[in-house]
Amino acid sequence: MPEVWIDMLAVLDGTARLAAPLILCAMAGLVSERSGIVDIGLEGKLLAGAFAAAAAATLTGSPWAGLAASLAASVMLALVHGFACITHRGEQIVSGVAVNILALGMTVVVANALFRHGGHTPALGAHERFSAISLPLAETLREVPALGSLYAELVSGHNLLVYAAFLSVPLVWWLLWRTRFGLRLRAAGEMPEAVDSAGVPVSALRYRGVLIAGLLCGLAGAYLSIAHGAGFVREMSAGKGFLALAALIFGRWKPLPVLFACLLFGLLDTVAPRLQGVDLPLVGPVPVALVSVLPYAMTVVLLAGFFGRAVPPRALGRPFVKEH
Amino acid sequence: MALDGGPEQAGHPAVRLRGVTKRFGAVLANDDVDLDIPQGAIHGIIGENGAGKSTLASIIYGLYAPDRGSMEIDGEAAPVRSPADAIARGVGMVHQHFMLVPTFTVLENIMLGMEGGFLLGQGEADIRARLASLSRQHGLEVDPDALVDDLPVGLRQRVEILRALFRGARILILDEPTGVLTPDETDQLFTILRGIRDAGGTVVLITHKLREVMAVCGTVSVMRHGRMVGRRETAETNTAELAELMVGRTVGQAERPAQSVVGTPVLRGAGLTWRSPGGTLRLREVGLELRAGEILAVAGVSGNGQSELLDLLSGLSGVQEGHVEFAGRRIDAAHPATPAEMRALGLAHVPEDRQRRGLVLPFEARENAVLGRPEKAGPGPWTSAAAMQAHAEPLFARFDIRPPDPKLPAAGFSGGNQQKIVLAREFDTVPAVLLLGQPTRGVDIGTVETIHAEVLALKERGSAILLVSTELDEILALADRIMVMNGGRVAGTVPAAGATARQLGLMMTGAGDGAAA
Amino acid sequence: MTALPRWLDIGVLPVVNLALAFLAAAVVVALVGEDPLEVFGVLLQGAFAPGALGYTLYYATNFVFTGLAAALAFQARLFNIGAEGQAMLGGLGIAFVCLSFEAVLPGPLVVILAIAAAALFGAAWAVVPGWLQAYRGSHIVITTIMFNFLASGLMVWLLSGPIMRPGQGSPQTRLFGEAVQLPALHDLARGLGFEAARSPLNLSFLFALLACAAVWVLIWRTKFGYALRAIGHSEEAARYAGIPVRRAVVVAMALSGALAGCMALNEILGVQHKLVLNFSAGYGFTGIAVALMGRNHPAGILAASLLFGALFQGGAELNFEFETITHELALVIQGLVILFSGALAYMFTPWLARLLLSRSAARA
Repeated sequence: MPEVWIDMLAVLDGTARLAAPLILCAMAGLVSERSGIVDIGLEGKLLAGAFAAAAAATLTGSPWAGLAASLAASVMLALVHGFACITHRGEQIVSGVAVNILALGMTVVVANALFRHGGHTPALGAHERFSAISLPLAETLREVPALGSLYAELVSGHNLLVYAAFLSVPLVWWLLWRTRFGLRLRAAGEMPEAVDSAGVPVSALRYRGVLIAGLLCGLAGAYLSIAHGAGFVREMSAGKGFLALAALIFGRWKPLPVLFACLLFGLLDTVAPRLQGVDLPLVGPVPVALVSVLPYAMTVVLLAGFFGRAVPPRALGRPFVKEH
Repeated sequence: MALDGGPEQAGHPAVRLRGVTKRFGAVLANDDVDLDIPQGAIHGIIGENGAGKSTLASIIYGLYAPDRGSMEIDGEAAPVRSPADAIARGVGMVHQHFMLVPTFTVLENIMLGMEGGFLLGQGEADIRARLASLSRQHGLEVDPDALVDDLPVGLRQRVEILRALFRGARILILDEPTGVLTPDETDQLFTILRGIRDAGGTVVLITHKLREVMAVCGTVSVMRHGRMVGRRETAETNTAELAELMVGRTVGQAERPAQSVVGTPVLRGAGLTWRSPGGTLRLREVGLELRAGEILAVAGVSGNGQSELLDLLSGLSGVQEGHVEFAGRRIDAAHPATPAEMRALGLAHVPEDRQRRGLVLPFEARENAVLGRPEKAGPGPWTSAAAMQAHAEPLFARFDIRPPDPKLPAAGFSGGNQQKIVLAREFDTVPAVLLLGQPTRGVDIGTVETIHAEVLALKERGSAILLVSTELDEILALADRIMVMNGGRVAGTVPAAGATARQLGLMMTGAGDGAAA
Repeated sequence: MTALPRWLDIGVLPVVNLALAFLAAAVVVALVGEDPLEVFGVLLQGAFAPGALGYTLYYATNFVFTGLAAALAFQARLFNIGAEGQAMLGGLGIAFVCLSFEAVLPGPLVVILAIAAAALFGAAWAVVPGWLQAYRGSHIVITTIMFNFLASGLMVWLLSGPIMRPGQGSPQTRLFGEAVQLPALHDLARGLGFEAARSPLNLSFLFALLACAAVWVLIWRTKFGYALRAIGHSEEAARYAGIPVRRAVVVAMALSGALAGCMALNEILGVQHKLVLNFSAGYGFTGIAVALMGRNHPAGILAASLLFGALFQGGAELNFEFETITHELALVIQGLVILFSGALAYMFTPWLARLLLSRSAARA
């Protein structure tokens, strides 16, 4: 097999791995924001999920228990956000900031209390994590030129949660654009008064949107600590929740473009370390630190409207006030 | 054809309210209201702005819960706690502000809440077919796949009506449905409403326009200050009696002031064409001339360019094509003027929406009294509470603003007194030009007279006044000349003396022709 | 929404919300298996023990700057959650001035220039999101978040290359000379004949107090402050009144960024004397909590800053006293404060109003 081909497969494989949590978080943000609730608390839910997954997997030895704990922790924060923003019509940005800081503090405090390990969890063994799944015929087909290695290297051999991430995109699309629930949810994000006047309670819809966001962030959290990684490290979400938020805007709140944005950001993240020490003609050594913040710069440029426009759902961030 | 199915027939009224009371903070919006709406008829609920009509409609539709009182629908006790309850009992509503999702298609808007299955695909074909037959049956043609955002206002209203009928509404409430319609569209709407009635439906028409009630309703209930003050058969009453019930005393035809000496032109606009940020043409080659000591009124169905004209002249939106000449300055696309510059040139502006624009509601009244008048707020770059108080006190006295405490936040004043704060501020300097938008909207009748008197006094002192109002009566009472706008164009300008509501109405639809005055 | 009397709104409600935040934190502590009273006791003692007060005030200095930054922007209803990045840039400005000029200019002049640079660099980093919001309609929350990451990337790049201390592997600059450091307050005190415990508290604390007064005057005693508040309540009305809204938004962000940038005075010019990575340490976000708790008023912000200063200083003591509870408890409390006094600020309004009404009814 040619060297370039192998390199390319490795880069794409890395992209899929790095993009997976972004995709899950971005889909979470998409569902929440389509219902009208701004979610800058993706980061916090991701972090809380990651910690809960690692802690539960350590204590029980089962990745499934870890996954359940991750979902529960993330959903709990999502419900806090919902309680503040939907029930009490609080400022959504403020609530999101609170969720992020709360997660930052709680994970370390609880980690110390449980494991006395400097805010980390002990390293997890292979059976306590979600390990790579070899898809049927991967080894058999490996020798088929091009497509065989593509299948064996890129499509096969990921853990369950990577597949879940890629599956979440069509699922979210289907849910939002092909079901009754989705129609109502999107209407709640555009014109909640219309939903209310159609006799459908807006709060319940938005709570469900926030809840789904919690579940998806929970999956992403579990991916970080018990699938991609082998244990919780403090602040291990490292801005991925915000990067997903950038991808959500970059993809203009639409599932497929958001997926592409996540893949693009994942690709940049994969390529950046490989550029360490590479000299570009004219530019000189590649400033890797600057390459890794390229997604943020691109999002700002998009937001500035110099190419295209990112139009958010019209009622995004606006609490629905129903007079009594 | 008789306009009505007759007086109350045997059987139950479609809607019966007893003792309905609703309070918002200090305001008693509905005070012990009793109401019977007959089956199979078009019933009008009429009253001035702020009389409590919309609140009553919202209670029937379950948007507001009444504090007290009971409701029956078709003779059954019907505690309606939500729109879902109302819909289930066959009540539908066409809101003053359309309850449509602008980014959805007509079909999606109709489906919302009645999708016919968990998957949208399950019910769509059926809904499409039923929608088509409903459209045909009631003459409400509209493309089901059009985006609501792309539809003109008249068509959006059709979608609202269709949406209510689609939900099986037998009792259809329309809240001020004609405010955004041309007279022609209004006639079409009334034809549709009569059709619904003839098919056995009940229609409740909420409006403040007497003509409409007389044209289409069989019976009418009159509201004033939150109370139900009368009920009449339209066949047995006339507009004068209804007007009297509405305002609570005899309404004389306003005395037309003698034509004052008209001064020199102070503001000229020519060839003003303006597009909204969305690209819609809102003003087409508008030209006008304001003269000192004269009131030029702009008449028209709201949404025909009047608001855009005010924004343009006040500097709030930039001139795109054409130009404005004012106080020796020529303002065009290349030489824009900001609102602050226009004010400095001697322009004052009473905006149409006083709550969002004319006042900063949480600010104290004295802070609001210097809004747009920073030089009154204190020396140099500083503000001083004493300076603002000193400025506000005489204004409060002159306009009799109550309560007479400039330290209260503006939000704490009634609608009429809020308007007085705005007027007092803008009238203070005897401006060269005054832009006056809907000066008496939502203001109680007593205050209306004060406001009209002050406007006329200002004119006597030489201000050139541009009055924008949707109330023809107000225009006929105040104006010297009347400029009619239709579709962003000046349909004509006529002297007020001798102008009739009928003539103006024709011009508003683009049918009439006015001579330049 | 039920209206509360003013004294309740600014006097009682914040206290109730703060009490709730501590109650929730106590539950967390109890669940972890420690005695909340004991933990809070250690916290308090750690914050106010002799010798600790200086540290408490040193932390508070950071929070005053970032809290004022958040509050000033919020007067115009702008969410500046980019104080973190603006502070980093402020630090960069200081390093730029000190490293470039300390050899050629007299020390006090360099310090003055460094202070100006901190404000200017911070302002510049905030002006871009402000401009994008005002003239391009980009949502300032998102752009300021993005700018935090951009600042962080910029710092990593600069400190691991162009301005890294020569001959060393860690991402920091070389030390500034002694002539270009802000004097510590214990040194100043000694100069005046008092003896004070050594602490990182330095002259920037006095700057912070000055900033409080200046912001108060700006917001409530100037026409620009009037304009900002008008924009914050109703942008439509502000435009109608002839206030140049876009320009005011950009200026408000510039001032907000300058205040955030001044946080670096305390950390870089006052304590570290070199530019290091991540010196802002989340204090920019703490500023949001401070502004919310202080109801966007300088006096409230000062009080809230002292509280958070005590939390952070006392929190550091926790590490020594308990095996299970660490200083991150301060973060938990911070999150809870933002939640209760920000997002859930009015949860108790109807409840308090009812209580008040029934009390006054009983009296009548």
